[in-house]
Parts: sequence; C-alpha cells; structure tokens
Amino acid sequence: MMAEEVKLFRSWSSPFPLRVIWALELKGIPYEVILEDLSNKSSLLLHYNPIHKKVPVLVHNGKSIAESLVILEYVEETWKQTPSLLPEDPYERAMERFWAKFGDDKVLPSLWNVFIKQGKDQEEAMVPAQENLTYLEELLRGKNFFSGERIGFLDLAFGWLANMVSVFEEVMGATVLDNQKLPSLSAWMKNFMDAPIIKESWPPRDKLITKHQALRQAHIEKEAPK
Amino acid sequence: MAKNDDVKVLGAWPSPFVMRARIALNLKSIDYEFLEETIGSKSQLLLQSNPVHKKVPVLIHGDKPICESLIIVQYIDEVWTSAPSILPSDPYDRAIQRFWAAYVDDKLFASMRQIKSLEGEEKKAMVEQATEGIVLLEEAFEKCSKGKPFFGGDRIGYLDIAFGSILGWLRATEKMGEVKLLDEAKTPRLVKWAGRFCADGAVKDCMPETDKLIELAKVLMAKMKGAPPKQ
Repeated sequence: MMAEEVKLFRSWSSPFPLRVIWALELKGIPYEVILEDLSNKSSLLLHYNPIHKKVPVLVHNGKSIAESLVILEYVEETWKQTPSLLPEDPYERAMERFWAKFGDDKVLPSLWNVFIKQGKDQEEAMVPAQENLTYLEELLRGKNFFSGERIGFLDLAFGWLANMVSVFEEVMGATVLDNQKLPSLSAWMKNFMDAPIIKESWPPRDKLITKHQALRQAHIEKEAPK
Repeated sequence: MAKNDDVKVLGAWPSPFVMRARIALNLKSIDYEFLEETIGSKSQLLLQSNPVHKKVPVLIHGDKPICESLIIVQYIDEVWTSAPSILPSDPYDRAIQRFWAAYVDDKLFASMRQIKSLEGEEKKAMVEQATEGIVLLEEAFEKCSKGKPFFGGDRIGYLDIAFGSILGWLRATEKMGEVKLLDEAKTPRLVKWAGRFCADGAVKDCMPETDKLIELAKVLMAKMKGAPPKQ
C-alpha cells in the first residue's frame, strides 16, 4: 500500500497557504513543507501549478491541487477524520462558501485598497472596507467562531484578518477596524490569533512589518503626482 | 407542494450565471418558478434575498436564499442527492473541476467579455489571452472526460455547467468581434463538446440565442456611450 505523501508549497508570508496548513494540522495529517521564494519560483512549483504559478499547491501522492479554498474542500473530503471543517447541512455549507468567497473577492481587496493609499484617497477607500467588515461583525453575532462553536472552514478562510489587519494598521498608521464598533469581530480575531495550532503558525511579525512597509511605500510612490 | 419544497430562481435570460442554476435544477428534474428580473432594474425580492451583491442568480428554496452561481449548483447537488450527481465522487476529480470552474469565472469570462469593446492591439491581446485559456480547457477536457462526451463523463457535470453556460456569450463575442475563440483547429474536442452541451435536454431551453445576446450587447454598449443604438 502506498504511503501517504503530502507536500505543501508555501512562501514565508502568504496567508493563503496558511489556510491549508491550519486544515492539515487540525486534522493531524503529516505533511512536508516546500518553502518557495516567490521572486524566484522553483521549477517544481511551475510544474505543479503552471496555470497560476502561485502558492499554495498541495501535492498528494503526486497529484497537485491549487487554489486555497479548493484545497480546503479537498482536504475535508479526503481526510474525513475530525474535526470536520464544513457543516453537514447543505444550506449552512452554502453560507460558509458564500462568505469565504466574499472574504476573498471583497474584504481582502477593499482592505488592501486602504493599505496602499493615503490622505483623501485612503479616507474614501475606508468606506467600502468598513462596510465589508460590518458584514463580518453581523455574521459573528455572539458566536465564538464563524463556523459556530469551534474553528471551521469559514474561520480558516478569514484567518488572515487576525494578524494582517494589525500589520496593515501599524504600517499605515491608521485604524480601519474600530474595536468599539466591531466588538465580535475584534474578539474573534483575538481568539483565533491565540488558538492552539493557529498561534504557532504566524509568520514573524517584524518581517511582516518590514515587508509591508516596503510594499506600501512602493504603491504610494507609484501614485505620487509627477 | 409544501412551502419547504418551493423552488424559485431569480434570474435574467442573458445571464450565464443564472443558466447554471437552471441547468442544475433541470438535471435533477426539479420543478422551479423562474422569476425574471427586468434588465436595468432590481426587484424588491432581489434586493431582499441578495442584499450583499444585489445580483442574479438567487435560488430561493423554501424561505432560504442562496447566492453565487457555483455555490448554488453545489447546493442543488447536495440537497437533491438522486442521480445524476453533478460533481464527481472522487475528491481529486472534484478539486480539478472546482479549479477549472473558478478559472472560467476569474480569468476566461473576464477576458472574453472585454473583447467586444476593444480594438486594434488591445483586442488582439485580449483575444490571444482568451484563446490560450480555451486551449487550457481543451487539455482539461481530455483529462476530465477520459474519452466520454462531457467533462463530467457520460452526463453533464459541474465543469460542463460552469464553462458551457458562457457559450452563448462566447458565440456572441465571436460574431461581434469577428474573431474565432472556439477553433476546430486548436480545440477540436471542445467544438464538438459545445455542440453536445447546447443540444442537451437540460440546457437547450435556457441557452439564450446568440443574435438576441448581440442585440442586447449593442443596446447596452450604446447606452454606455450615450448614443442612440444603430439599426
């Protein structure tokens, strides 16, 4: 019988591979990490993800899967041991998938848009970003986690918020997530940040700050009036 | 019929995304009420059932609204578990179909819909991008179909629905842009697949006519430019 071989391509800082790491760790699945330098992609990465050339890529017994949310569903369906990541009920599953997509299509780009701007432009960008965060606050409404009593698919999908919002805020010197206005979301961020398994996984904060300072600077210089 | 079994689709005839929900319901032989939105305005029901995006399609099952076409298709597959299955049973095959369905939405359809408004070098580049994407899907078809008529095998499946639903607009784009996107030379399998897909019983009543789509596109483009539509 073939031994299980699970490899995960990641970079040191990208939040998307972290989703997969969390899922594998939560389910107790052994895996090997292949660390990529995204400025110098390995031929192996390009072989396994020729379409997008991005991380994460999961390689399971030689078969590769790309796109983090697709990988999460694959992990859930392949390794059926607890904890299950998605609920049983089809409507609840649809809701988690809907909000995970909302996170990637709307929340992340709108926060990024605040992060790379300054002055009046940044003020304007705050509006949709904060509207999007308010949806998340309503979604949590007194629950400990997005998925209910314990961490699930939707928490893994939103997990990047728990550390990246504070990195963005520190680098740009402005607040986008008002703890007073969004108490459930703030509480979830703390809970998730410090949860077992999750808390050991975060990239080094000082490196994240340095990296994002450079990114913000580059964007601001690009937009500066000539 | 009990209230809990009521199935409604809020939609619009030109939308490929709406088509996906309808094809999935047709495949499962589920009766549903099609509530057609007027193009250019949004009904109260739409705004109430999809307050986040205010877009079609919305599937309303009993009193529960479900939004986002591919999520709707998966919901239909998971609620009505009788044959045929829309997603395959093997997790890897499912992942491959989900990957390519996301590719159709995020990359292919996005580049395709720009073609009709572009000219010259910009148009050429976008056409190239779209055709490269379709060539990738030809390769995916070979792998997924394993010699059978559809991505899903013997019957239409998830990726057939995701990709097939854009064929109306693909053909409209070909005519309007005077370009070839589905090419017998480059993507022979997909050309044949497209014919089979469009002729399928679950598809043909909800696939919009190419000429009607072209008419609509011209009206919308003229509105955007502020000029009266040409005859």
